[in-house]
Amino acid sequence: MAQVSLRKIVKEYEGGVQAVKGIDLEIADHEFVVLVGPSGCGKSTTLRMIAGLEEISGGEIDIGGAVVNDVPPRDRDIAMVFQNYALYPHMSVRENMAFGLMLRKFPKAEIDRRVNEAARILDIGVLLDRKPKALSGGQRQRVAMGRAIVRDPKVFLFDEPLSNLDAKLRVQMRTEIKKVHQTVRTTTIYVTHDQVEAMTLADRVVVMNHGVIEQVGPPQELYHHPRTRFVAGFIGSPAMNFIPAKVEARGAGLVLLLPQGTELAVPEHRVARYQPYAGKSVTFGIRPEHLTDTQNVNKPHVAFLTLTPEVIEPMGMETLAHIKLEGAEVCARLDPLVEAAPGVPLPLAADMNNMHLIDDATGLVI
Amino acid sequence: MAPDSSAAVPAPRPAAARAESSAMKRFARRRSTIAFLMTLPLILVIGGLVAWPAGYAIYLSMLNRRQTAFIGLENFDILLENETFQSVIWQSCFFAITAVLLKALVGFWLAHMLHHVPARGQKMWRGMLLVPWVIPPALSTLGWWWMFDPSYSSINYLINAIGFPSVPWLGEPWWARISVIIVNVWYGAPFFMIMYLAALKSVPDQLYEAAAIDGATGWQGLRHITLPMMQNIISITVLFSLIVTFANYDIVRVLTNGGPRDLTQVFASYAFQVGVLSGNIPRGAAVSLFMFPLLAIIAFFVLRGVNKRTKEMA
Repeated sequence: MAQVSLRKIVKEYEGGVQAVKGIDLEIADHEFVVLVGPSGCGKSTTLRMIAGLEEISGGEIDIGGAVVNDVPPRDRDIAMVFQNYALYPHMSVRENMAFGLMLRKFPKAEIDRRVNEAARILDIGVLLDRKPKALSGGQRQRVAMGRAIVRDPKVFLFDEPLSNLDAKLRVQMRTEIKKVHQTVRTTTIYVTHDQVEAMTLADRVVVMNHGVIEQVGPPQELYHHPRTRFVAGFIGSPAMNFIPAKVEARGAGLVLLLPQGTELAVPEHRVARYQPYAGKSVTFGIRPEHLTDTQNVNKPHVAFLTLTPEVIEPMGMETLAHIKLEGAEVCARLDPLVEAAPGVPLPLAADMNNMHLIDDATGLVI
Repeated sequence: MAPDSSAAVPAPRPAAARAESSAMKRFARRRSTIAFLMTLPLILVIGGLVAWPAGYAIYLSMLNRRQTAFIGLENFDILLENETFQSVIWQSCFFAITAVLLKALVGFWLAHMLHHVPARGQKMWRGMLLVPWVIPPALSTLGWWWMFDPSYSSINYLINAIGFPSVPWLGEPWWARISVIIVNVWYGAPFFMIMYLAALKSVPDQLYEAAAIDGATGWQGLRHITLPMMQNIISITVLFSLIVTFANYDIVRVLTNGGPRDLTQVFASYAFQVGVLSGNIPRGAAVSLFMFPLLAIIAFFVLRGVNKRTKEMA
């Protein structure tokens, strides 16, 4: 087990296109870090550089205290789980799992012991003599994880391992991966484009966009205190609402003036922070769960507004109301018992304690 | 008088006839019937061009020289006792096995090299390397014959230029056998190359990446990933080439004409000599059929292995 350090890592392709633009990241021993971001943000490239499958154009990668820039993958003591499992189709499950140990000339008894132990952890004992073709997607994923576990490497790398599974199996395997990490405690770097996977699995989430790290932090911190508009919009489902607004002074306080003329009072404790933006256009960010129906609202700093939903989506445990505002699509989370209908004005409550204000010029959360 | 209604309305068909007609329709509509009818032209072509000549050759091989009497396996008995034929068996096996192994090795090496050439240059190299395979072998062998010529050999010219004595390429039995193999490998290796190149391209890159992370060196990746993944295509190309090489005629005929002293004869050239030049068609047929049972057994086991692996891996 080991810590991993990325220092000013750059990946530049022919023609000068930079996929990764000088990122720095420290990953502690035993930590589970998830790199998340949209397609093309550089997360998979970063993982592949850590694995040694991509050359590094600049910077240093350090695994367990040693710079590994020029070390081939086989000598980095890492294990990787691929998106499409990459199981050797001509080998049985047992042979797939034992392959890495066999190449490293482990004694047969030790190989058997490790394979059986990994099979027990992953509950794939009965599959050991089957070929990958005879396995379901979930079983293949377990075998791929087994192949990583038996090696007892310094670092586990996961490259979108659940993307090929159906929604139900994905949730199940997510739990399995978390359980495995709690059991073996190996430093893990996990890449996904699914923010729910990132939030549920990670000790720390690294949000990437356009080859740079937007923000690093524990899932709750990213959710409640995003540093940029990108992070605010990427983390959370349904995504945060972004509404164009203007900050206006009202006496000693401030209000946000929304496109349709509604004024929302800014809580007093935030006035000083937003004061420099008085008279300026900004983006008002609020998560759907902080824009709710008016029942049972007894929190301080709640602002009321009435909007007309276009679409109502009953989800069972909640109802989503989609509202079209001038220049913005807004989603509100309602109690399932609230009677709401498309085209009928709906009184809503915005929890201004959880509001975000974004500087349009910098894209940073104020 | 009232019109005769029985003349205007057709009499209802008996129930048995109706049942028979619908049974015929059902038979014609059955998928297996349609499939059979659609493959019938191919069955007729194969029957006419493969099964009938093969059956006729077997029948011929059991006749006497004048084709007037059935003599069973006597032609085979006589051949097995003939010293020249015994050496033909040995020479054919040596020629076919050595040439196929070399074609497979050279083809694999070329395919591996081509696979690592960037896509743009790869097309050009692939086209150039395929040239030997597309030139009619009788023609290209003539070119080789000139290059092996005892007086004007360009190969010997080069060998002399680096200080070695001339090689009697077609004059000495072992060199003649090697010459025939060289030309066959030169002609046949591009076929292996193109098949192996396609097979190499079908191995997912991630298997190599997974193997590299598992600790495999390049050589171990080749041994544990590339070769097992290509096993089916290797089996099929080797089998196909073995059959074709055992039946090779043109290269021996043009290059050595079986000489010196029949020491480069192979089944096909010897069958031509016995059957056509010496006018003993039944014995010529027996020569050409000699390897058929062995090749059929090899083909059965190779194809069974291919089938099994396809089911397990695909």
